[in-house]
Parts: sequence; C-alpha cells; structure tokens
Amino acid sequence: MADTTLETPAVTRPRRKIKWATIGDHTVLILGSLLMMLPPLLALTTASHDAVTIHREGLQLTLGDDLGKNFNAAMFEKGGFTQTVDGTLMLMNSFILGIGFAVGKIVISMMAAYAIVYFRLRFATLAFWVIFTTLLLPLEVRILPSYEAIQKLGLTNTYTGLIVPLIASATGTFFFRQFFMSVPEELAEAARIDGAGPWKFFIDILVPLSRTMIAAIFIIMFVFGWNQYLWPTLITTDESFFTLVRGIKQIVLSYTDSQIPEHGQALALAIVAMIPPVAIVVFFQNWFVKGLTESDK
Amino acid sequence: MAQVSLEGIRKVYPNGFQAVETTSFTIQDGEFVVLVGPSGCGKSTLLRMIAGLEDITEGTLKIGDRVVNDVDPADRDIAMVFQNYALYPHMTVRKNIGYGLKNRGTPTAEIAAKVEDAAKMLNLAEYLDRKPAQLSGGQRQRVAMGRAVVRDPALFLFDEPLSNLDAKLRNQMRIEIKALQRRLGTTAVYVTHDQVEAMTMADRIIVLNAGKIEQIGTPSEIYHNPASTFVASFMGAPPMNLIEAEMGQGQVRINGYDQLLPVPETYAGSVTMGIRPEDVVLDDRGSVTFRVDILEELGAHRLLHGAIADQPFTVMIGKDDTAETGETRITLKPEALRLFDKATGQKL
Ligand SMILES: Nc1ncnc2c1ncn2[C@@H]1O[C@H](COP(=O)(O)OP(=O)(O)O)[C@@H](O)[C@H]1O
Ligand SMILES: [Mg+2]
Repeated sequence: MADTTLETPAVTRPRRKIKWATIGDHTVLILGSLLMMLPPLLALTTASHDAVTIHREGLQLTLGDDLGKNFNAAMFEKGGFTQTVDGTLMLMNSFILGIGFAVGKIVISMMAAYAIVYFRLRFATLAFWVIFTTLLLPLEVRILPSYEAIQKLGLTNTYTGLIVPLIASATGTFFFRQFFMSVPEELAEAARIDGAGPWKFFIDILVPLSRTMIAAIFIIMFVFGWNQYLWPTLITTDESFFTLVRGIKQIVLSYTDSQIPEHGQALALAIVAMIPPVAIVVFFQNWFVKGLTESDK
Repeated sequence: MAQVSLEGIRKVYPNGFQAVETTSFTIQDGEFVVLVGPSGCGKSTLLRMIAGLEDITEGTLKIGDRVVNDVDPADRDIAMVFQNYALYPHMTVRKNIGYGLKNRGTPTAEIAAKVEDAAKMLNLAEYLDRKPAQLSGGQRQRVAMGRAVVRDPALFLFDEPLSNLDAKLRNQMRIEIKALQRRLGTTAVYVTHDQVEAMTMADRIIVLNAGKIEQIGTPSEIYHNPASTFVASFMGAPPMNLIEAEMGQGQVRINGYDQLLPVPETYAGSVTMGIRPEDVVLDDRGSVTFRVDILEELGAHRLLHGAIADQPFTVMIGKDDTAETGETRITLKPEALRLFDKATGQKL
C-alpha cells in the first residue's frame, strides 16, 4: 500500500496529448447535466417571485426578492380548508411515509426471501413465483379492493393504512432472494455448527452481509414512497395526513376560484419536496461504495 | 475426545441417488482418519452426515457413547473446517473465532482468553482485528482452524481444507494440521481427494469409490497391500503398474510373451498383476522385456514410462542410475508382486 504513494524521482514527462475524445465526452455530459438541472433551477428562480408576476409572465430565470417569503409561507403558514396544516407537518408526513414504506418493504421482503431460500418449504418455488407475479399487479390495478379492505378495517386516515398495504414487495423479495442465493451455503452451515439458530444467523450474518443491498433498496423504496400520490389521496381525507406531494397540488388548486394561485409557494414546496430524496441518494451512495469496496465475500 | 462409530450408515438423496452404500467402521479416540477417493465418490456426504448437516437415510451414528442421528450439529460437540473456509466476511478474525463460544453463552472474558490462545497457537495474534478479506489464503485457512480448535470439540471434521492453497502452503499446512491434531489429541476425520495428503496425514485411511468403501487401513497397508486394483491405481504417485496376465502352476505368464515369473499363490486363470514402479530393477539378465518410451526427470529419481507386452508400464530408478529409451530387461521383485482377480479387481 505505502509504496504506491512514494514519490517517483522527477522524470521529464512527455507533454500530455490533448484527448479530443475525452473533451467530446465531457461536453456531452456537461450539456446533459445542465439540461437535467434546468427544471429544478427554474423552479428555484421562479419561486423567488410573487404570485402576480408568475401568473402574468410565466416562469422566471432571474432571482426575485420573494424567495424567503415564499419558503416561509410554504413551510409555516397554515393552509388548506381547515387552516391547520403547514409545510413542516406535510414534510413530516412525507418522511413517515417514505421511511415507513422503505423500512417496511425491506423487513418484509428480507424475511420472505430468507424463508424461501433457507428453509425447505414444501412449495417454496411456487410461493416465490406467486410473489413474483404480483409484480404484474401494482397498486393501481388492485386499488379498489385495497381501498375497500382498508376502509372495512377502519384504517383510513391512519399511518398504518397509508403504509401497510404498500409494503409487500415482489421486487425487494426478488433482489434479496438473488442475493441470499449467492451467499455460500457453507456460511449457513458453519453458523449452524457454531450454534447459531435461524434467527441468530439472520441477524448476525445475513443482515450485515446484505447491508449494501439494504442501502440500495432503501434508496429506491424511500424515493418511491416519498413520491406516492394516488394511494395517499385515496386513503387520507384528513388534512393532517397530507404529504408534501399532495400539498403542492393543494396549493395550486385551492385558490383557483377567487384569486391567483400561489405559484411561488407551490414551487418552494416542490423544492423542499425534492431535497430529501436527493439527500438520501447522496448519503447512501457513500455507504454503498464503501460497502462494495471494503470487503465482502 | 471421542470414538466415532458408523453402523450400517447409508445415504440416499431425495432425488433417489444413493451417494453412500451401507458402510460400517469405527474411528478410535484420538485417531486421525482420512477419507480419500475421487471427486463425487461420496466423501463429503459421509462427512456431512457425521456433522449432522445431512440426514442419515439408514444406520446408526455414534459419537462417544451417544447416538447422534437426530442431534443438531450444534449439539454434537464437533467442529468443521470447510474447503472455502466459510469465514464470516463482515466479522474480524477475533469475532470469527469467538462466534461459536459467544453463541454458547461463554462469558466474554473467557472468550477473549480462549481466542487469544487459539490465535497464538496458529500464529494469528497480529491479525485478530482484520477482516477475512484482508488476509492471505493461508491465513484464512488458519482462521478456519482457529474457529475449530477454540471450542475444544470432541471431533474435528475437515472437508478438503487445503485444496484452495498453493502447493507449497499445502505442504506446510498439512504438517501443521497434523501436528496440531497430535498435540490436542482430538479425534479427526479428514476428507481429501489428494492421495498424498491421505498418505502423509492419516493414522488410518478409508478409500472410497462410488459410495463404497474399497479399503480401510494404515497408509503403509494401503500402499503396500491394496485391496483392489482401484486402490492400487488411486494411491501412490506414480500409481502401481497393473498388467494383465495368465496364471497357473505357480507362475505368471504375461500375455503373448513367454515371460514367466514364479509366484507363491496357487491360482489358475486370468489375473491382474500389480507392482509398484520402485519395485522393479533394471537388470540385463532380467526375465521381462521392457520398452522405454519416455524418461521423466524428477530430481530425486527418474521415471521410465513405456510398455511390457504393449501394456503401459512405469519403472522408477534412482537419480544415479542411467537409462535410455529403447528395449531393456527388468526384474520384478517377487515379494512385491500383487495379484488381483481380473474380473472383480479384488485382491486374490
Ligand atoms: N443434494 C444432493 N442431491 C443429490 N445428489 C447429490 C447431492 N449432493 C451430492 N450429490 C451426489 O452425491 C455424490 C457424492 O457427492 P459428494 O459427497 O459431494 O462427493 P465428494 O466425494 O466429491 O465429496 C455425487 O455424485 C453428487 O453428485
Ligand atoms: Mg466433496
């Protein structure tokens, strides 16, 4: 290790050639990322203008004076019909949904995959394929029966009703199954001889081994849960359960009859709604790379 | 420490494949027994039944005085070393070695002391805080050994523990494992497909072929008195020469040639005659003609590959003896001749 950092004696190095291909690649990449960054940037600049300007002149590319005001209003001003919800509450609800959704999916799918891979169940393969085919039945397809079930259980307007029907995950089960099958069988056998029962093996060995998988699935599922729109709209009528994604819509809609919609506030809220998923991706990506390079198998 | 006895053990896999035919043998307390045979002959299956990782289809397995057919692997008082070591990748060496003790509720201080002891014994002391990925193959192998010895089990089980090492390390670990087992006095069952490992490490060798025991014996017995042509050709490098011959009137006649050898047995009919390459001497007045095709230089000695009466044959000569390709005459040491039934391959 240490040797590689040792300085080599100064050798006259041939002048580096300009690599046109590299420059070309980077130009494309930079242009691409600028293009991708444009909408959030526009949202940010537009959010710094007052509602009247936006309504009259459309999206703004320059920074206005109302950025702080709009963010403040979006986050802390009580709104909605009941005048009880503000941005912070919706932010919290979004977090509850996103984290509950991601954690629930990971726990359920890991345990399902564990059962399928490590236990001699009579119909393990069949069970797996049944789970797998539910990929063909996303929430949108089964939304009416799901709604009916939750309603009959009296779980509308609860976090349980919001989260639990969404956490069964064929995708997660599939990924964990593939991962568990790649773990050498001898590991389970060694643990068995070492006196670790099924639960201990799961907690002490499989879960730590899966941490990069868990991080990856957490990212995907958190963002997915965060962006849920249809299900929360159906299952929660009480405004105190509103999430950010719904709140944005609410701001734009609720004023249409009498006044100009608060576009500035809506965009400010949209930016707030964008930050946590981005932060989560950045945060976990670090982990991800570390987990992959550090050791393993 | 314990004696292990297998009584009429048989294994049929759920798909109907019989991996181990009905077998019985007893391993003495403190003995180092090597199960050897070609790949796929059922060695691992047999070992895994002793470990409890595989159900026993039929028969009784005893470790000590206890019938353990239905005892969980964790409660059999055994330790196993796997071919790929099966170290826990996310745990340090210290945790890897101590995991079994921890699961058994050993007090933390005692675990620490035992792990230190085991590490010292295996020259691992300075690596205790590393993860397996940061170790060399040989060191990982030692960690696997450490995990086994730290629990002071009644029985060690090894499944080809050295096959992932390079030749030099393998030779070294072979000696170390054997010495360790000697020192601890723990009964050991060791599975390998490498006959050199079997010969050098075993107190007793069990030769398996296609799920059946061909022979049980000390390395010397196995080498000098193979029970069948299979054992004769599997054990020893180079293997024993096997030549088809006719026998009668106290003489062996190698097919088609008038080459007669006096032998003590009184048997008439077709036989397979076996002789180790080192039991043949080049001798101008010898009674057998040997055609040398290839000379193989091995340093300490030389191998002459060729044929007797068009049947492949190998002769080993000392490094100072001279030889060249072409016809030469040889003498077979009569006391070293082994005779097998030609049809069954069993020793006569
Ligand atoms: N789970 C299994 N189901 C069916 N057949 C198996 C199973 N495991 C091993 N076998 C077969 O049993 C035979 C012996 O296997 P094994 O004991 O692993 O051989 P080896 O001597 O190489 O260790 C092989 O022919 C193998 O294909
Ligand atoms: Mg094997």
